[in-house]
Amino acid sequence: MTLLAFDWLYLVEKLVLIAVIISASLLIAMYATYFERKVAAWMQDRIGPDRAGPFGILQPLADGGKLFFKEEIIPNAANKWLFILGPCMAMLTAMMTSAVIPWGSKIDLGGREIALQIADVNIGMLYIFGVVSFGVYGIMIGGWSSNNKFSLMAALRGASQVISYELAMGLSLIALLMLTGSLSLKTIVEQQMSHGNLWNIAYQPLGFFIFFVCALAECNRAPFDLPEAESELNMGYHQEYSSMKLGFYLFAEYINMFISSAIMATLFFGGYDVPFLDESTLNPNIAALIGIAALLAKTFFFIFVFMWIRWTLPRFRYDQLMDIGWKKLIPLALVNMVITAVVVLLRQG
Amino acid sequence: MQDADDILKQLQQRFGDTGLQQQQRKDDILTVWLPKEQLIPVTQWLKAAVDKPYKLLYDVCGIDERDRMGNGYLPLKDFTVVYHLFSFERNDFICLKVALEGEYPSLPSITSLYKNANWYEREVYDMFGIRFEGHPHLQRILMPLTWPGHPLRKEHPARATESGPFRLFTEYEDREQNALEFKPEEWGMQRQTDDADFMFLNIGPQHPGTHGVLRIVLQLDGEDIVDAVPEIGFHHRGAEKMGERQSWHTYIPYTDRVDYLGGVMNNLAYLLAVEKLAGIEVPDRVKVIRVMLCELFRISSHLVWFGTFAQDVGQLSPVFYMFTDREKVFDIIEAVCGGRMHPNWFRIGGVAQDLPNGWDGLVRHFVNYFPKRIREYTNMVLRNSLFKGRTKGIGIYTLEEAIEWGVTGAGLRACGFEWDFRKKRPYSGYEMFDFDIPIAQNGDCYDRAIVRVEEMRQSLRIVEQCLNNMPEGSYKADHPLTTPPIKKHTMKDIETLITHFLNVSWGPVIPAGEAMSCIEATKGANSYYLTSDGNTSPYRVRIRTPSFPHMQMVPYISKGYTVADLLSILGSVDFVLADIDR
Repeated sequence: MTLLAFDWLYLVEKLVLIAVIISASLLIAMYATYFERKVAAWMQDRIGPDRAGPFGILQPLADGGKLFFKEEIIPNAANKWLFILGPCMAMLTAMMTSAVIPWGSKIDLGGREIALQIADVNIGMLYIFGVVSFGVYGIMIGGWSSNNKFSLMAALRGASQVISYELAMGLSLIALLMLTGSLSLKTIVEQQMSHGNLWNIAYQPLGFFIFFVCALAECNRAPFDLPEAESELNMGYHQEYSSMKLGFYLFAEYINMFISSAIMATLFFGGYDVPFLDESTLNPNIAALIGIAALLAKTFFFIFVFMWIRWTLPRFRYDQLMDIGWKKLIPLALVNMVITAVVVLLRQG
Repeated sequence: MQDADDILKQLQQRFGDTGLQQQQRKDDILTVWLPKEQLIPVTQWLKAAVDKPYKLLYDVCGIDERDRMGNGYLPLKDFTVVYHLFSFERNDFICLKVALEGEYPSLPSITSLYKNANWYEREVYDMFGIRFEGHPHLQRILMPLTWPGHPLRKEHPARATESGPFRLFTEYEDREQNALEFKPEEWGMQRQTDDADFMFLNIGPQHPGTHGVLRIVLQLDGEDIVDAVPEIGFHHRGAEKMGERQSWHTYIPYTDRVDYLGGVMNNLAYLLAVEKLAGIEVPDRVKVIRVMLCELFRISSHLVWFGTFAQDVGQLSPVFYMFTDREKVFDIIEAVCGGRMHPNWFRIGGVAQDLPNGWDGLVRHFVNYFPKRIREYTNMVLRNSLFKGRTKGIGIYTLEEAIEWGVTGAGLRACGFEWDFRKKRPYSGYEMFDFDIPIAQNGDCYDRAIVRVEEMRQSLRIVEQCLNNMPEGSYKADHPLTTPPIKKHTMKDIETLITHFLNVSWGPVIPAGEAMSCIEATKGANSYYLTSDGNTSPYRVRIRTPSFPHMQMVPYISKGYTVADLLSILGSVDFVLADIDR
């Protein structure tokens, strides 16, 4: 009887949502690669890919197809299972984070309300942290199992980098949590939408800055791209990879970038909120669509900023990176936390 | 000259005039033959004891004298090892020659006196089989370890067609592979200490940071460099050996390819030496044309360095802007020479053609356009705080160390020493131009960068002066050895026609003698030391390139830094692999 009592439509609804979000992330990641090449080209006075399809928009498909048909090489000296596990882990963790992001409010399908979030868990932010720190295993395992000295160095750099920056990242969010009082991303967005409240960036500018720098580091993007520092370590941890396993690593990076941008938009820039627009007066379906568009627009802006930085700045050295993480960002985040705590206390009277 | 006579007298007084013989050269460099027992005391005295000492070991090379025509005046007739020392205080060279006898002779090593003698002596050993007693690690340097024979000996074949067809058998391949394995013990390195296991990491031969086929074996403790061993020779094409079978004229294109970013600047270094031998004085127009093109090439070479240096520290965009500007330089070069990187455009006694119509418009456009771009790049790269963080205080050496290791060019000027061969020993009319020698004080990667960027501005000044003051006149010297020979009387009398025909078909016969040029090339001092025995081709061509000693110094200045710093150091040293290996 319990089987019958279960809301089967709910399951279908969630499965469809998962499928949509995963394919959407893949699509966006795919086009992020295209976009990155175009941004780089614009910044460097070049044209960029323009051969495959009009304006080169089929380039990601061509790249993907090429990666699929490349020879799979597993080095003799590599640990075979771990070697395969590495890119899988990278991809898996990259895809998992999107589960707690609210992509829009809800849509109304024939009287049935569907929330545009896979899981509104009340520990949303902790979940993200858990999954993100899991992500470093992809780099660690891949780099270590390749049995290559460059990969090993890159893996070590990656591991220490992620650990150091996660601390500052967490501390910057604690200050945010003091204001919101909730770990659920949905609640955080709704608070920012409600009347009289500004976006969190207005209350937590320093927190956002720290979070943003740490997000760059967590995504291994320049100027923190030490694990794959091209001019020093060739390609870093994925040096020995070929074919789609390499594709997974590259792809995971872009998915991570997309998800971190979405999280930044959600936590600090009102998520699917459109400023100066009262969504409750609109048809809920239209409001939801506008919301999704707003979130994506914010996300794409951050993706662009990521790329902009990558093609502008030189890379940090390993010890400089550690210095910034431990000696600058963490104290800064602590100060931010204390100030926020004092203000919150004073306001409560 | 007064100075030179003086030092010769002092030498003869101290060491007895029996063994010491002076030799006349075409280029006024004091040349003294020594018996090999006297080599160490004489160099020791010249380096340390003499007033205004010869601190810089400029070059060491060997000569196989066995086939030389008219070698009767030589003390011993088999091999000669030639040392060129330079004194900054005197602004003069001295050349020491040691004559050797026997099939595989030996002489004492001077590595204990000059640090940079190490690689030079290895090269002489590699090329001639001459052994240096007391050398810390006398191993082949340019040729593969498995190479049979010593290439610059006269009996060694110069062309592939002189030996049988090449077959790569499995055993042969294995032997070559095994020879490449790095054995730390051979270099006196430990694999571990009590508290650390070292990792040995190959940077290269295929690595994006080495700018070519260079292998550096690093001994690493974590990310810190304990020691490093550069392995060069992957780009060795035997440019010196080729000189011995090319005619004086047809060797010019080969020089283009030595420092392949320097283009015609290599032609100039070679031709200055040839013209000294031939006694050709070129017209002013030739001098100014040559200077203008050389300075354009200096700008283009520095642009490549600037872009790739920024890329080495992870700034990925500037290299594209700089290559775009380099194209603008190449537009001028192409209009003038027809070629781009290897224009092969200077000739013995002149240049290949006169400047084309409209050259001044092109140059003027560039002169107006470029200063704004340098300002932008300075803001973009040099003033970037991340870039400063990656380059300041990295790869430092002092002036004494620089001289000890044979550093010339921007690397020397970054130590606060105002030394530029264009100013101090002007050639090709540089004394007519008004420009400054940029210097910096700290001798780190950042200062080397500043000096080079400022050099681009100075080069632009020189180009502008060339543009405004281009003399009229011929683009060729009126001299019988000018190549291709002057044709004006050929159709009037048979004697001139015959000479012309011979000079075109055989090439010119340059009178016997020796001469060395010394120019401030893009990367430092570049020299061609030519020996002629009165033939249609050189008897021996020695190319002294700046990158060779600079690369030798890299391990010394990168110890204690991290792998990422090594890339900054390599970028700031600005070497070209072909310039190291020749």
